[in-house]
Amino acid sequence: MFHLRLVPDNTKIPFMNGRIAGLVVSAVLSLASVFLFFYPGLNYGIDFRGGIVIEARTPQAADFASLRHTLTGLDMGQVALQEFGSPQDVLIRLERQPGDDAAQQVAADRVRNTLAEAVPGTQVRRVEAVGASVSGELFANGMLALGLAMLAMLIYIWFRFEWQFGFGAVVTLLLDITKIVGFYAITGLQFNLVAVAAILTIMGYSVNDKVVVYDRMRENLRIYKKMPLRELIDKSINETLNRTLGTSMSTLLSIIPLALFGGEALQDFGIVLIFGIFLATSSSIFIAAPILLFLGENRLRRGTPTDAPAGNSPATTP
Amino acid sequence: MLYFSRWKIYMILATCIAGFILMLPNFMGRDTLAALPSWYANTRVSLGLDLRGGSHLLLEVDMATVIRDRVEGLVDGARQQLRTANIGYTALNAGERAVTVQLRDPAQAAEAVKALRQLASPVGRTALGGGQPDLDVTADGDTVTVALSEVALRDRATQAIEQSIEIVRRRIDETGVNEPTIARQGDDRILVQLPGVEDPDRIKRLLGTTAKMTFRLVDVNADPNTGRAPPGSEILPSAEGDRYQSKYVIRKKVEVDGATLQNASAGTNPQTGEWVVNFEFNTAGANRFAEVTKQNVGRPFAIVLDNKVISAPVIREPITGGRGQISGNFTAAGANDLAVLLRAGALPAPLKVIEERTVGPDLGADSIRAGLTAVVVGFVLVCVYIIASYGLFGAFACFALLINIVLTLAALSLLHATLTLPGIAGILLTLGLAVDANILINERIREETKKGRGVFASMEAGFSRAYSTIVDSNLTTAIKMALLFIFGTGTIKGFAVTITFGILISMFTATVLVRLMMVTWLRRTRPATLPV
Repeated sequence: MFHLRLVPDNTKIPFMNGRIAGLVVSAVLSLASVFLFFYPGLNYGIDFRGGIVIEARTPQAADFASLRHTLTGLDMGQVALQEFGSPQDVLIRLERQPGDDAAQQVAADRVRNTLAEAVPGTQVRRVEAVGASVSGELFANGMLALGLAMLAMLIYIWFRFEWQFGFGAVVTLLLDITKIVGFYAITGLQFNLVAVAAILTIMGYSVNDKVVVYDRMRENLRIYKKMPLRELIDKSINETLNRTLGTSMSTLLSIIPLALFGGEALQDFGIVLIFGIFLATSSSIFIAAPILLFLGENRLRRGTPTDAPAGNSPATTP
Repeated sequence: MLYFSRWKIYMILATCIAGFILMLPNFMGRDTLAALPSWYANTRVSLGLDLRGGSHLLLEVDMATVIRDRVEGLVDGARQQLRTANIGYTALNAGERAVTVQLRDPAQAAEAVKALRQLASPVGRTALGGGQPDLDVTADGDTVTVALSEVALRDRATQAIEQSIEIVRRRIDETGVNEPTIARQGDDRILVQLPGVEDPDRIKRLLGTTAKMTFRLVDVNADPNTGRAPPGSEILPSAEGDRYQSKYVIRKKVEVDGATLQNASAGTNPQTGEWVVNFEFNTAGANRFAEVTKQNVGRPFAIVLDNKVISAPVIREPITGGRGQISGNFTAAGANDLAVLLRAGALPAPLKVIEERTVGPDLGADSIRAGLTAVVVGFVLVCVYIIASYGLFGAFACFALLINIVLTLAALSLLHATLTLPGIAGILLTLGLAVDANILINERIREETKKGRGVFASMEAGFSRAYSTIVDSNLTTAIKMALLFIFGTGTIKGFAVTITFGILISMFTATVLVRLMMVTWLRRTRPATLPV
């Protein structure tokens, strides 16, 4: 009976040969991401920056030039128009209006009325107006959630594994997160509450992945008492490779429809998750494992080959 | 791990069937639901505003005004107390949260403190009595300060927000919105969710009006255009639509308070045909109104709403019936709205809309369609992949996935949880994450088989070895989602909810249920090798 295998069984890929390259490439990408975070910076959505988003459907294909002209004429700062879905669907974004929270409301109403006058029959399908105090709180809460998630993961892995594993996982996670932020900076996708959800999801997924590989390493550490750590890590990664790629594949397949049919908000979410799955899968192999190799040599392998009573054959647990 | 006792099998099957029954009302038509007992018909997921359409408004109570009103009240009180106690003063000033009095004679300081302390009323009182005075009265030389205490400020704020919520609820009920949600959020905010409201303009206008109505006399001796009002009077603008004057000089003294109104309704004046608001006082208000109108026949009497003069008709004869009419050149909608506001009562302080998120109903319907399409396509893709990879065992996993969705919906229905668009994304993602357990198990079984173990031994080892890994990976996701639930707001919480339920349920479906299927198959067919 034929079964689909993403990689053949019993691979013996020497992943640890690329340990330096993996770490260096990752560090460079993360540094670049940090740079991108400051310049040009993220495209913060209205959740975090305040402002107004209006989604409208015009009766015929929208005339963007004239719409832009009309809306810019309102003198409400920068107006961004974007087509999405069909040519009739227009997404209008306005930056936060000067004044207090209530000023956003006034501005949103003005745009609504202007649209109704300029293009009769326009249907306003969605309005979001967020003031500065609300967006400030949402941002603070979002960052708090990310920080606490990081801490929770550190504590969790620290309890479950030796400290080397915890350290490796958290450093990897940091490298992962910076790259996601970099991805947001490069693509210009809206950085908002949905983005925080995406980052948390990728963090969860990435930690899962590390836990599976680490679990196998720990198991193998008990079984193969004499095997050098480097060989053992390679072996563990190879053994779990089909699972790692299999789960990535199944998760990817469940997310692709989101990126395809998810609508304005979820499309971005889907795209970032797809990027995150690639990121998490590669970081398990090329970053989390090498860190463990550097930290664990002579530590995780305290019992040297000479005093291993387990004998030459791999011990098996019942 | 491979043995299932009979009652355990029944339990597992019963859970699946119960889940199926519980989620069914979500897919029934209105007529079918009406025929069912209400407890069953009501076990449904409630759709978030982003899916059913509606308006989400976050309102903020203007606490500064609340405090200022209280301080202004204190000034009046202090003036009266000092006069009664015969204490002379040179100045009486209202500060941000305190009133300061400059005494003419510093020797009277102690006396003044004593007199002003009588203004205090206890706050924070419990059933056991106690409570603290809401004012701190202190003297320093010839200056006496009456300050609102911290407790008093907090107490006042709580009172203001509770009162505001009550008024907001009454006003929204008047508009006939179905199933509104009105809840306090934080110290000074009110969350209002209005399902099905496409254009919240009218409601925003209703909520944005304080609707403090007073009946006061017009100071006919003063000219409003001089820009200066005599003491005891103030210049107020007229509301839009007043044809006669743009400004009035109005006496500060409130003759009749709008709080004594009992009822109000919109109607038309049979003579002129224009829209008016008819109102009715309660007994106290009616008596007061009769008295005032009796004493002031022939003088204009202003109806003031939120410091704007709606109209100032001349009293032709005493009105003793406790009924009256406001005509202010209203439109039908304007008259109706004013009637609603008067019936519901005045807000203790102005409300500001600080966040609005409105979704039209057809965008909501589009989102549901898009979400369903994504879930169906995602399910098919994952199933095709998993069956291609693991054959029969993959098919078992797919069936378990289906049950997972059913049970997740059942759990959400039982708890009346809200399903949002991000929530649908959560269900989708759960599909991918839940089969991870099956991939782990199947890979492990395959490995054990390769090591030359027997059919049963491989299965046993596969399940028991993979289990701790499965628990680990699901727990980490659950922790993340708990954080998202706590710190996230609005629709994004829905993502945390569905994914947490989906993952917890997958611990049952992807392991217990799949194991039961595999074991049953094993016992029935007794294969020589496993199809992995």
